[in-house]
Amino acid sequence: MTIFGFLRKRETASAVARDRLQILLSHERGIDGDPNLILALREEILRAIGKHVDIAPDKVRISMRRGDPVSTLEVEVDVPSAGAFRKAA
Amino acid sequence: MAKVLVVTSGKGGVGKTTSTAALGAALAQTGKKVAVVDFDVGLRNLDLIMGAERRVVYDLINVVQGDAKLSQALIRDKRLENLHLLPASQTRDKDALTEEGVERVIGELKAEFDWIVCDSPAGIERGATLAMRFADVAVIVTNPEVSSVRDSDRIIGLLDAKTKKAEDGGRVEKHLLVTRYDRARAERGEMLKTDDVIEILSVPLLGVIPESEEVLKASNLGTPVTILSPLSAPGRAYTDAARRLIGDVVPMTIPAERRGLMTKLFGRRAA
Repeated sequence: MTIFGFLRKRETASAVARDRLQILLSHERGIDGDPNLILALREEILRAIGKHVDIAPDKVRISMRRGDPVSTLEVEVDVPSAGAFRKAA
Repeated sequence: MAKVLVVTSGKGGVGKTTSTAALGAALAQTGKKVAVVDFDVGLRNLDLIMGAERRVVYDLINVVQGDAKLSQALIRDKRLENLHLLPASQTRDKDALTEEGVERVIGELKAEFDWIVCDSPAGIERGATLAMRFADVAVIVTNPEVSSVRDSDRIIGLLDAKTKKAEDGGRVEKHLLVTRYDRARAERGEMLKTDDVIEILSVPLLGVIPESEEVLKASNLGTPVTILSPLSAPGRAYTDAARRLIGDVVPMTIPAERRGLMTKLFGRRAA
């Protein structure tokens, strides 16, 4: 608690609920109503990148944002520093 | 042109059957010919909520299997002559419903009614997927509570993927109906606000039904709340929602319970 603590808004239960839902649903949202599709995609992308780059599984994040009229599939990959790249065989 | 509307949610207990009865009756009150259809095979309740439980002779499965004509199974509401009920079977299992059979019955209903309102069972199994299969319009019933919102999101995915309309390259028109809303708790930050739910689900809002004792009373008496107490807060909210469904532009307010004089003078003004 700083002296400016009173300026910081205390997080309400509804704000916590909203944030938890948004994170959960961006991962669970499937294409064609199939939530497992995102998981399968993530594994394949990991495997494809893993052939060339050493990468930790948590560095690949896939999420689905639903919008009208278009939904977007977001793939976020944290690529490590240049030293991690293997020479292509 | 007849419209097939599915009332769905994923989660149980959020108010699908209550909403089906209330919206069906409100649509009938605007002069439309309405059939409400119970898809909850083995756990039928729409007949009870509509107060027709002792008048059921034939049901949806009898019609699907050709043991009865549609006209024999339809129950005309005693209060509104253009409102009819097609009950679910209480004795069979959901496997007795076939997609072809449901398609045929929906087709027959479309020839006779303006609105066919399908009450979906909870879950994402066969009963729920068949209830939404031939829908043109969907009302997604959601409580402002995390598990209900999550399940609604799942159902929205299915509406966009597993319906006939979606498979034919079209879109089921989707509407969000927030039920059991407690404005005071939402304002205190204890409950998800309607705007949060809309933002998370990305579905336009059809209406907000406030938490109210009237709804339970209506169920107890077997009279849809829009018939029993059309001027109560939930009665007005359902009537407004039904008017939006038929294309009327109705300002979005969240009807509040009538308050005492002191609250009126010193409390927040009711919307």
